[in-house]
Amino acid sequence: MAISRVCVIGAGTIGSLLAGHLASVCEVSVLTRRSEHAALLRERGLRVSGKHELAAEVFATDDPAELAPFDVGIIACKALDLELTASRLAGRARGATMMTVQNGLGAEAVLARHGAWPIISAVTFMSGIRHSDVHVEYELDTATWMGPWAQTATPYALVQELAELMLSAGLEAEAMEDLLPAQWSKLIFNSAINTVAALTELPHVGSFAQEREFGDLGRLVHGLIDEGVAVAAAAGVTLHDDPWEMNVLAVARGETAHSDYAHRPSMLEDVLARRATEIEFITGALVREAARVGVAVPLSTAMYRLVRARETSWEPSRAQAVV
Amino acid sequence: MRVCIVGCGAVGGLFAAHLATLEEAEVWAYDVGAEHVAAINRDGLRVTGRAEILAPVNARTDAGQIPPCEFGIVATKAMFTAEAIAATAGIFADGAVCSVQNGVGNEELIAEFVPRVIRGTTFPAGRVVAPGVVQMDTGGDTWIGPFEERPAGSGEIEALAQALTRGGMATGALADARGAQWTKVIFNAASNPLGALTGLTHGRLCELPATRELISGLVREGVAVATALGITLDSDPDALIDHAAEVAYDHRSSMLQDALAHRRTEIDAINGGIVRFGAQTGVPTPLNEAIVALVAAMEHAWTSQPPAEAE
Repeated sequence: MAISRVCVIGAGTIGSLLAGHLASVCEVSVLTRRSEHAALLRERGLRVSGKHELAAEVFATDDPAELAPFDVGIIACKALDLELTASRLAGRARGATMMTVQNGLGAEAVLARHGAWPIISAVTFMSGIRHSDVHVEYELDTATWMGPWAQTATPYALVQELAELMLSAGLEAEAMEDLLPAQWSKLIFNSAINTVAALTELPHVGSFAQEREFGDLGRLVHGLIDEGVAVAAAAGVTLHDDPWEMNVLAVARGETAHSDYAHRPSMLEDVLARRATEIEFITGALVREAARVGVAVPLSTAMYRLVRARETSWEPSRAQAVV
Repeated sequence: MRVCIVGCGAVGGLFAAHLATLEEAEVWAYDVGAEHVAAINRDGLRVTGRAEILAPVNARTDAGQIPPCEFGIVATKAMFTAEAIAATAGIFADGAVCSVQNGVGNEELIAEFVPRVIRGTTFPAGRVVAPGVVQMDTGGDTWIGPFEERPAGSGEIEALAQALTRGGMATGALADARGAQWTKVIFNAASNPLGALTGLTHGRLCELPATRELISGLVREGVAVATALGITLDSDPDALIDHAAEVAYDHRSSMLQDALAHRRTEIDAINGGIVRFGAQTGVPTPLNEAIVALVAAMEHAWTSQPPAEAE
């Protein structure tokens, strides 16, 4: 099967980067949440700047009924919006294959409750800065890894074809027969980095990998990662990458590329904007998995509780009403 | 009785003003705030709020201008202890110096500079509202006793407690003052930094089961360290925390106030103190160490970013 029509569902940062690139090699449609967003995309197209300069023409709509048939749908909304997004696709796009790129664990299962599509699991490391509804900057040109979700009969050849298509569009992509090891590596990395950044408001800087003395932040990050590695081992998952090495490399890359550059993990962005975070899908999922396999994760549990409590601080309360 | 208060901020100011109401006390104060010192020398030191006092205090920014004193009371923020006692040590060459600071480990630092040390724990609090003026927000007792490694004599400890009590700061002299100090530090370590990290008031932290459990986890580590040190706490920190949730639901911990203003916190003397004494006694304190790392990193983040709009 040749993939010639891709629908990107959710045009945030990752969705815009995917749509902006893929439009150079195939027909791309975009399903947005807001009608103004769809109208602007139809009118002005989608601009990619940064690592690549692209001007893409896309068909966009906020109404799933207006979508023409497509071969592959990429669900690129935030994990928090997945349930609603998937429900809008229920009964549609028969014959299409769907790919999830959400952070954390469990996106595939949520999607599968709404339709019988073959599903591709993916984790993405690319990042961008969304300047407007029609302009996204391509920041980190790191890879997207994808593999067939074991619970649906997704042909591996199709995953390879989609990875080839993304590569031909200028994105970094790699197909893997079993994505779980990579998904877990990213989960453990994400859980440690995102919670620490969200609570300290510190971007992913060098101190995340510094563990020489008592009180050094890297000791906490390493402790969190060790807990995640123990959970993965108990769950029978052999990791694709060592999450601590991922942390050390990410920090080194940030520091050498631009001296004043440091990536702000998405949970930090959410905290600064006082939005709900993806904590339930990341650290929450890890803590629940730890309980299932009987591994104690006191540090991860503490971080989970603190981030949840911090989200609570934005909600109106008796205390804030008084202040 | 000649006394020098080292660090004449809110807590130091309360001690200085109350003592200065006594006929027999000559009160000096060392402080690095030139404007505050000038106002005290010009107008006297004023306390408002729960107590109304205007008392003469001799304040100096230069410790060399302060005569030898029988007693010192160190009331700086814990991160300035070493600096402050190094500057004033000469005043106390033949004196006894009492810490009334937050955290644990201050007496050890003071003992490196002076011959006789008193361990102290105090509950009254307030804030400096203008140069020379301290508002007293909360009352409470003060407990003092010998610092075991370089103890002051029981007679002088008793004399200081009586003078403070006569001046209006109810103070008890104890043979072992560690229980009072560790009860307070365990309370502070379990509640203050969680306020700073989450933005929640003490009442909210106690109401949410998840953070209440985290508080108990931090308390358990602190109690284990105190037990290993052979210290008997003077009350159950968990019960104190629940009590505070009732009587001070809306209280924003001083560390949360520091966080909102992007000021340095006393995390190193509070949770850091528990971690250091834990390491000495072989008691693991992973949660307290995690909290130290998080708050220190939060302070690091402020140095590279301007403070958020005041709320």
